[in-house]
Amino acid sequence: MLAIAFYIMAAVTVLSGAMVITSRNPVHSVLFLILAFFSAAGLFVLMGAEFLAMLLVVVYVGAVAVLFLFVVMMLDVDFVKLRQGFANYLPIGAVVGVLLLTELIMIAIAIADRGAAAGQSPQVYGPEMSNIEAIGRVLYTDYVYLFQASGLVLLVAMIGAIVLTLQHRVHVKRQDIHTQVTRRRKNAVEIVQVKTGEGIQE
Amino acid sequence: MTEPSFWSGPWGWTIITIGQSAAVIMGVMISLAFLLWGDRKVWAGVQMRKGPNVVGPFGLMQSFADFLKFVLKEVIIPAGADKTVFLIAPLLTFILAFMSWAVIPFAPGWVVSDINVGILYLFAISSLGVYGIIMGGWASNSKYPFLGALRSAAQMVSYEVSLGFIIITVVLLTGSMNLSDIVNAQAGGFWNWNFLGGGGLLGLGIIKLPIMLGMMVMFYISALAETNRPPFDLPEAESELVAGYQVEYSSTPYLLFMIGEYANIVLMCAMITILFFGGWQSPIPMDSIVPQGSLAYILISLLWFILKVVFWFIMFALAKAIVPRYRYDQLMRLGWKVFLPLSLVAVVLIAAYRVFGGNLV
Repeated sequence: MLAIAFYIMAAVTVLSGAMVITSRNPVHSVLFLILAFFSAAGLFVLMGAEFLAMLLVVVYVGAVAVLFLFVVMMLDVDFVKLRQGFANYLPIGAVVGVLLLTELIMIAIAIADRGAAAGQSPQVYGPEMSNIEAIGRVLYTDYVYLFQASGLVLLVAMIGAIVLTLQHRVHVKRQDIHTQVTRRRKNAVEIVQVKTGEGIQE
Repeated sequence: MTEPSFWSGPWGWTIITIGQSAAVIMGVMISLAFLLWGDRKVWAGVQMRKGPNVVGPFGLMQSFADFLKFVLKEVIIPAGADKTVFLIAPLLTFILAFMSWAVIPFAPGWVVSDINVGILYLFAISSLGVYGIIMGGWASNSKYPFLGALRSAAQMVSYEVSLGFIIITVVLLTGSMNLSDIVNAQAGGFWNWNFLGGGGLLGLGIIKLPIMLGMMVMFYISALAETNRPPFDLPEAESELVAGYQVEYSSTPYLLFMIGEYANIVLMCAMITILFFGGWQSPIPMDSIVPQGSLAYILISLLWFILKVVFWFIMFALAKAIVPRYRYDQLMRLGWKVFLPLSLVAVVLIAAYRVFGGNLV
């Protein structure tokens, strides 16, 4: 039963991964990417890592991929132009692809050998402890300083990105919500008695 | 007795679960028909109209008549539409809206799937809901639906963030992500419910009351925004976008969109009920009158759950009837500049109470 579920999920993941790069329409590509994420989450559930699965769905499918889709839909993509340089880029693409594939295979081998953790005894948590508790214990108790430090790095990166892109232009009209909301009739409307045939002098 | 019965084996389990899911889907669908009628009645009442009153007694059969009308009409797929995506979009909305109901505890022990990450599952599925709308808007190959879809995507992603933080305050308070545990933690009378801070009104625990009361109000408003209900219904604002992402949809696909949307609204009502209003717990403890675990106890609990959900649904309907529509920039401002910081502060405060609160008493 578990094996059948695994093979279905894995097949869907791989197939939709292939469809991401082969489908002609970029929006379809993103939709297949989302399907790949989703079935990867299913694989996590099969491994008993339900917390990671939910996080994958919430963060990648629910937020990151939405922004992907958002951007791809807004882009004005010319399909004919996209296909023009295909033969020229093929060798470079092939090299990058082969490199990535070798890296993946090497990582897979390392994981099979248990990588850097080889020789050390794994930290085992009892079955009474849920997924979330185990992750929380590792992240927030055992390695709390490293975790906080990585958070700090991310914060610096975020502030850096904001500083780089933020620009205050002088002659731009900006909205002030407070003045908009507190605007009343008496400071917006003026009633003027107009004499016939003369109009209003400003 | 020695050999395990068929119903505890994998096939029996599958059949039982499918049966339970079917029962939940049927129950939700039928109550949706009457809730839709109730929605229109509330709306009509506020505007001093009579509302639907022709089909059946008090117009109760109106939703079924509408259902038949939609099903019997012709499906129109616009020229230039991406046919597959166009048809998948309403299906996705519909399926996702009903998937979430799997983890909702209706009464003690009455839940299809009692998983440890129940609240995260709900959150994950509701964050997927935006895809039905974006896909529908894009695949229609038309300007109004596309604008509606873009608005909706930005709006739902924004409000999900504050919704997540509000959920975290409740999780911190109860110390569990299992929805049944969250309901059980609020047992023993309405003064233990999470919207009053949880854990009784006596003693120091009362300092949580203003925070959780605020969180409940914010959850309600964020839920309105998350389900694209007025006053945040900008994705389908009829005065500017006709009907937003639904413009090109007709007959059954439109019906699927509409049922999915209402199922999501009722789901949000159920979520507020479970997180803040004690789920199926009765406001005054009834253990002394009805023995716990008996069928009567379960049925009375179910009744309380339904009553609370209906109460919140009426609140949703009233908001639709009496509040004017927000402007889009104000909506974004409310989400990012008001709700997000407030809910973040609330998370910090509740976490601080959980860590240091015990020492203060």
